[in-house]
Amino acid sequence: MAVLTFVEVADAKVKKASLEAAAYGSKIAETNGVESIAVVLGEAGIEELASLGKVGVNRVLHASDARFNTFDSKAFAKAVSEAAQKVNASIVVLSFNQNGKLLGPRLAVRLGAGYVPGASEVPVTENGTLKVKKNVFSGKASAIYEVTTPIKVIALSPNSYPVAKKEAVASVEAFIPTLSDNDFSVRFISVEKVQGSIPLTEADIVVSGGRGLKGPENWWMIEDLAKEMGAATACSRAVADVDWRPHHEHVGQTGITVRPNLYIAVGISGAIQHLAGVNQSKVIVVINNDPEAPFFKAADYGIVGDAFEVMPKLIEEYRKFKAAH
Amino acid sequence: MKVLVPIAKVPDTTSKISFVENNTKFNTDGVTFIMNPTDEWYALTRAIELKETGKATEVIVMSVGGADYEPIIRKALAIGADRAVRVDAEPVDAFFVATQIAEYVKNENIELVITGKETIDYNSFQVGGMVAELLDWPAFALVNKLELNGKTATVTREIEGGTETAEASLPLVICATKDLAQARIPNMKGIMSAKTKPLQVLPPKQVETRTRVISYALPEKSKQVKLVSPDNIAELIRLLHEEAKVI
Repeated sequence: MAVLTFVEVADAKVKKASLEAAAYGSKIAETNGVESIAVVLGEAGIEELASLGKVGVNRVLHASDARFNTFDSKAFAKAVSEAAQKVNASIVVLSFNQNGKLLGPRLAVRLGAGYVPGASEVPVTENGTLKVKKNVFSGKASAIYEVTTPIKVIALSPNSYPVAKKEAVASVEAFIPTLSDNDFSVRFISVEKVQGSIPLTEADIVVSGGRGLKGPENWWMIEDLAKEMGAATACSRAVADVDWRPHHEHVGQTGITVRPNLYIAVGISGAIQHLAGVNQSKVIVVINNDPEAPFFKAADYGIVGDAFEVMPKLIEEYRKFKAAH
Repeated sequence: MKVLVPIAKVPDTTSKISFVENNTKFNTDGVTFIMNPTDEWYALTRAIELKETGKATEVIVMSVGGADYEPIIRKALAIGADRAVRVDAEPVDAFFVATQIAEYVKNENIELVITGKETIDYNSFQVGGMVAELLDWPAFALVNKLELNGKTATVTREIEGGTETAEASLPLVICATKDLAQARIPNMKGIMSAKTKPLQVLPPKQVETRTRVISYALPEKSKQVKLVSPDNIAELIRLLHEEAKVI
């Protein structure tokens, strides 16, 4: 018996979302008194992999094969399933991130497992039954899922499990999945990174703007504050729809869901669909000149004021704070 | 080349969410149901565009659900799908739904399945991946660009902090997201013709239930906002640092 966590590496570093998954998987392993094992596909440095010990991983199965350097859901599902069978895993954990959203269901089918996508808390296991909480209705409610299959697959929602580190090193061993070239079905062409910005779904702080900013020429306020805070930038749907901002910044029920530690909303009224994309943020700050804006009801801190006056002052005050800390 | 678009029925985005029967069942009272937005706006319309440009021969929409799914199926036909199929069964879990879809795909020689991204009710993002695995097909999720050149599909998909472009050969599963296509509103001609387009009803294939929801909960009561004067921004910084401890 073991808990197996699928860990992704990008640019020689373990992805933040995967580190959370590894910490979460290790917690489940500890609670159940079994080994925490990680599986990594693709080339990666041994020190980086051994450092998974810091979040509780006991050993790492590493398939150091360049064919895995780019994501192919079909080949990855085969390799991770093989690892799960090899270590006799009863629970397989991965992140509910971009790749995990495709890999999770594939793994579940391959392993004949019940699958919980987007779990937000540590599961409770008893007599082979697993119960775990997940957000539903775009964060407007939560549900307890029950899985009774012998193997369970859980995809952890990003930013929902805190990573605590200790001094420990994981052992790293070679893993050679029995895949042929025919199992690889995707031909990678290119990656286009959004220049100089922090990935929205990985950001600890998000600064977001809405129609209250009156036009794309005023976005420097959002960008300057984000830059000072090391934050990602986002926007409301209304703003993306009129092309003031690119669609990949649209946060909400039909856009991206974010769960940062701090979400700062500037000039966004807070329509129910927007709130659905941000209401799992730890702390929400709302800046709006309309005291009746519905967003204030979902906020922890609010400033009723004109963004054009508040934002320059906020940027200035944050600079002072940063200089002093 | 036939394209299949699975469509789901979900509560309208403005629905008030509540539960009945001791928090074990979603309260459908007064709730308006719609086609899952990404299924309609991106998956279905891209499939129709592929047919209009001669890349696809037929667009089939498919649902797993009771007769109450027919309004959304008719809407999909009004937007431009050629025909529809409904598997007459309660969609108990994603594996059940994916099994029905994979069965139909095999029987109909479908080469491309386009789903929307996660449904807005359970936010689970699983049917597309499960269908792909059941069929042993390649798949791409969060796709915002799809071009077909013969049997080769070139896609752009969202990744952390950017996009990735890759290609794969048909047959293939695509899970669509924003920008894959321009959403369409059904016109009068579409609405009229939808009434006579074929809608086949099939019995389900039985499979075991793998996951179930045992209870629901609403978030604890709404937060009490702490207002800070716009003339005292330093106080906001202090609160975020000392009280909320997020900076």
